[in-house]
Amino acid sequence: MLPIDSQAPAFNLDTNAAESRSFPNGEATLICFIKEDCPTCKLVVPILEQLHKGGAGLLAVGQTKDGNDALIEQFNLSMPILNDSTLKVSFAYDIDTVPTMVKTTAEGAIDAQLIGFVKEEWQSLLGADLNELDWDKLPDWRPGCGSLSVDPVIADRLQAEAENSPLRARKIEIAPADDEFEFMFDQGFSDGLPLVPPTPERVLRMLAGTSRDPQDIVAVLPPNLAEATVEKVAINAVMAGCKPEYFAVVLAALEAACTDEFNAHGVMSTTMGASPVMVVNGPIRERIGMNSTLGALGQGNRANATIGRAVRLALRNMGGAKPGGTERSTLGNPMKFTMCFAEAEERSGWDPLHVERGFDRTDSVVTLFGMTSGPVLIVDQTSLGSDQLARSMAMSLQSIHHPKSYMGTDTLLVVCPEHLDTLQRDGGMSKAELRRLIQDSLARPLRELVQDDNSGVGIAAATLDKMDKDRKDKLVTKFPKDEDIHIVVAGSDAGKFSGAFHGWATGPIGTISVSRKIEE
Amino acid sequence: MSTILDPTDERVPVARQVTRRPAIITGNVALLDISKPRGNILLDQFETRLKERLPGVNFNRYSKPTFTKPAPDDLRQEIRSRNDFVIEALAD
Repeated sequence: MLPIDSQAPAFNLDTNAAESRSFPNGEATLICFIKEDCPTCKLVVPILEQLHKGGAGLLAVGQTKDGNDALIEQFNLSMPILNDSTLKVSFAYDIDTVPTMVKTTAEGAIDAQLIGFVKEEWQSLLGADLNELDWDKLPDWRPGCGSLSVDPVIADRLQAEAENSPLRARKIEIAPADDEFEFMFDQGFSDGLPLVPPTPERVLRMLAGTSRDPQDIVAVLPPNLAEATVEKVAINAVMAGCKPEYFAVVLAALEAACTDEFNAHGVMSTTMGASPVMVVNGPIRERIGMNSTLGALGQGNRANATIGRAVRLALRNMGGAKPGGTERSTLGNPMKFTMCFAEAEERSGWDPLHVERGFDRTDSVVTLFGMTSGPVLIVDQTSLGSDQLARSMAMSLQSIHHPKSYMGTDTLLVVCPEHLDTLQRDGGMSKAELRRLIQDSLARPLRELVQDDNSGVGIAAATLDKMDKDRKDKLVTKFPKDEDIHIVVAGSDAGKFSGAFHGWATGPIGTISVSRKIEE
Repeated sequence: MSTILDPTDERVPVARQVTRRPAIITGNVALLDISKPRGNILLDQFETRLKERLPGVNFNRYSKPTFTKPAPDDLRQEIRSRNDFVIEALAD
């Protein structure tokens, strides 16, 4: 209900006899909202009829056209009933319950409101106009019924259509002859898979997943440098299939993607085919049902699948990162559809990713990595010692980019629980020790990284020839820094199969992983 | 009619949808020459043939001042208000 003394919204509705009635009309007015299938409304209809006959300045507003006709016929009414079957007036008056009687001043300000039927209240407000009414025959009290304007099925539509709707995006009307799914494909909105139509109602529900203003700018999305509002991100999240409770993760991930450090422009447009890989940490994982265990990096979990897809669609539709346009990946990869998963923090004694990166364990955080391949399996079912397994993992990681390609990239190593148990068997290997073992194991003297007949990758022979012996013997690590081996735990308890995502160009020249706290 | 919200940055107009095609041609048909060379000859041929096939239909001839620019608003509105169909000779 609207506050007393506030201005009652103006309206113009037709009666059942197709005559127009306007409010305000320069006179004190009674406006009563009713619907036909409400017993309490039927209780008050004869009272309204008497008010009408007494010239009380009554506007009866009915919520269905057929219902209005039925009431007129059943009660043989001379009183017209205004047709609010679109429910826009009921919505504008914030009607929760019918009957609701609103009394206004001649200037249109709300003077009083009665909800349902409480005899004492009705008698007090209207008694003077109802001298002939036998109040004793009426019950003391009857509750009203729910207004159709708050029916969950249509309330979102009404909010979307209301003058104070938070939605500002361009509306696209799809002709009845068009299939809406085909239409969205034709418009180029899709990543190749069907999209959920972003109707105003669905977008409004998505916006309920954040307290942020729908017109806040989330980020400037490359390569088009488009200002992405919360509303626009919500549209893409709807299309991706997200639930509103995932939306805060999508917003944080997009903020992370559009930092100078992450360099979404380069990640999305490189011919190497990089893509954001998103890892979610903290309590929100459980709350929104993310998967960190069996099949965490695969299909089957809605949150994992749609959060990653929403970020990707936003970069595509707003940023303009479309294959053949600014996205120039030679091969592409499946991560360009989606790649998002949660870390199984509780499975290890290690600090989880977000704690390593300076957040509290109770923070919910999303971290983005710009990766070109993965997850590439590390299949080792037989190493039993922790150091042995660490060195074995390193052998697999040597192939990142190319076995002779050094000092240019990073990796996201996803350690599976059975491998974790092996690594922690002999007193418990820390993440730092694992990183060091990998780096030491893969370190090679420069002279072994020279171009030769087997491969043109590596240092040019002429360059090597100019080096002295010490320089040629100098060990080079696979990754620029130990911290370029990012480590998380995920997967089911069965299977000795860890995975590694292979990086792109690491560092200021390319991409640096970025974490963002998820504001709920 | 269903409505969706635009997921893009709205720099590009939404592609116009094709009007549903009627089963028969009646009323008035505009023949629009965009002023490319020989467009009038093509439309002359159309008009002659279509008048034979559609004796009850009126054909109205229009031409744009120049093919290099969109049709002026007045011309577009006149074609729209007086015709049910348009045949446009696009290129030479």
